[in-house]
Amino acid sequence: MQIENKKPLIVAFCCNWCSYAGADLAGNNRLNYPAEVKIIRVPCSCRVNPMFILRAFQRGADGVILCGCHPGDCHYTSGNYYTRRRMALLFSMLDYLGIERDRTRVEWVSAAEGAKFAATMNDFVEKVTALGENKRLEDLRCKK
Amino acid sequence: MQKISRETLIEKAKELLQNGTVSSVLGWKAGEFSYDVTPATFNSVEELEKDFVYNDFCGANFSKYLVKATIKAEGKILVFLKPCDTYSFNQLLTEHRFNREKVYVVGIPCEGMVDVEAIRKAAGEGIVSVECTNDGLVVDTLYNGKVKLAEQDVLLERCKVCKSKKHVAYDELLGDEGEVIESKRFDEVERLEKMTPDERFAFWQRELSRCIRCNACRDICPACTCEQCVFNNPKSGVENKAAANSFEEKMFHIIRAFHVVGRCTDCGECSRVCPQNIPLHLLNRKFIKDIDNFYGEYQAGAEVGSRAPLVNYTTDDIEASDAVRKGDGENA
Repeated sequence: MQIENKKPLIVAFCCNWCSYAGADLAGNNRLNYPAEVKIIRVPCSCRVNPMFILRAFQRGADGVILCGCHPGDCHYTSGNYYTRRRMALLFSMLDYLGIERDRTRVEWVSAAEGAKFAATMNDFVEKVTALGENKRLEDLRCKK
Repeated sequence: MQKISRETLIEKAKELLQNGTVSSVLGWKAGEFSYDVTPATFNSVEELEKDFVYNDFCGANFSKYLVKATIKAEGKILVFLKPCDTYSFNQLLTEHRFNREKVYVVGIPCEGMVDVEAIRKAAGEGIVSVECTNDGLVVDTLYNGKVKLAEQDVLLERCKVCKSKKHVAYDELLGDEGEVIESKRFDEVERLEKMTPDERFAFWQRELSRCIRCNACRDICPACTCEQCVFNNPKSGVENKAAANSFEEKMFHIIRAFHVVGRCTDCGECSRVCPQNIPLHLLNRKFIKDIDNFYGEYQAGAEVGSRAPLVNYTTDDIEASDAVRKGDGENA
């Protein structure tokens, strides 16, 4: 058992138009960000259903980050405004149920912000690593 | 004891049935015991006189029944709505869930309904009958004999913190229109918010682990009227009857509450029907409190056609990270 050295698993939902391109730019610029971050491309941050986030935790994620265009820059005009309201309520509810608030985050990253993407991911992974394994929203049936 | 009697309601229903305004009546029918009153449809005066009841156990919110009842009914349906039910009624109208033309609403005043679980706690098991009198309830029990209880002590949770005695929708009123009242309904939510995350986690673990996934909270909820529910979809992986572990319990309750955000009128039916007495209203109220806190006060169902907070936005809404901090009373 190598529980002490277990690396966290981070799921990042990235909007196709901004943050995914931002991640690409981070790669092109040879900026480092942890390999624990697994990116899932979504057409818009608004595509992310609260169930996706819970499901990610169920399947073993230790942290979930949602990246989208800056408010006002959404490719579909208003998608991220809805995301912002939804996630504000969902994260507040997760906190209410006693789930660590540092495990979830919303960050606005544009296609030109490769450096911000890398910095955000480094910071987020550090915070989640400090929290340790996700115990409060785990599903033992999904553990390997 | 309710201000309005069974006879007044029957008389009103009779009058409307006989002059042809309505063709059926949605009302309460006596169950096996005096406390298990069930909703029923009455089609004639004889049926009304035989089975219709109205007492302190008539807590059921009829708004949701209208969705199915209006499809089948040929004429108008007479429905008796208490003030809190009228909010759900408006909310369903906002969502175009039934035809307003097919419903005749008679608003009835409500003095608060009692909770049989609370009576059971106070008077003991083996309730034979409960009599509602002007100065409290007289409970006849198998083991403790006759027990007298004050009505205030055994009210349903939602009636203890009643938010409004105002009828927001009606065709006719029996009694006053009533007013919105100052309510302490968020006190319990605030108490939880002040706990540490560990305490909150332990609290919810204890409450939610009792869930048997009977889906009663979903079935009764006037906001849950989807014909295809995510919890019925075998491909979703969450349709299992019993929750397999603590994750599924939490997921079911988070998603259930989330699906009614901004549409929940806080009618408290979920907690009333829960066979395991899980305080489900505390989840819905947290969302309502957050909405009031972040986006300005909003009462679902207060008027027909209002725009729910989650299908609306402003360009300077609070950020999710600040929201979590603000959510527990800190100033972001």
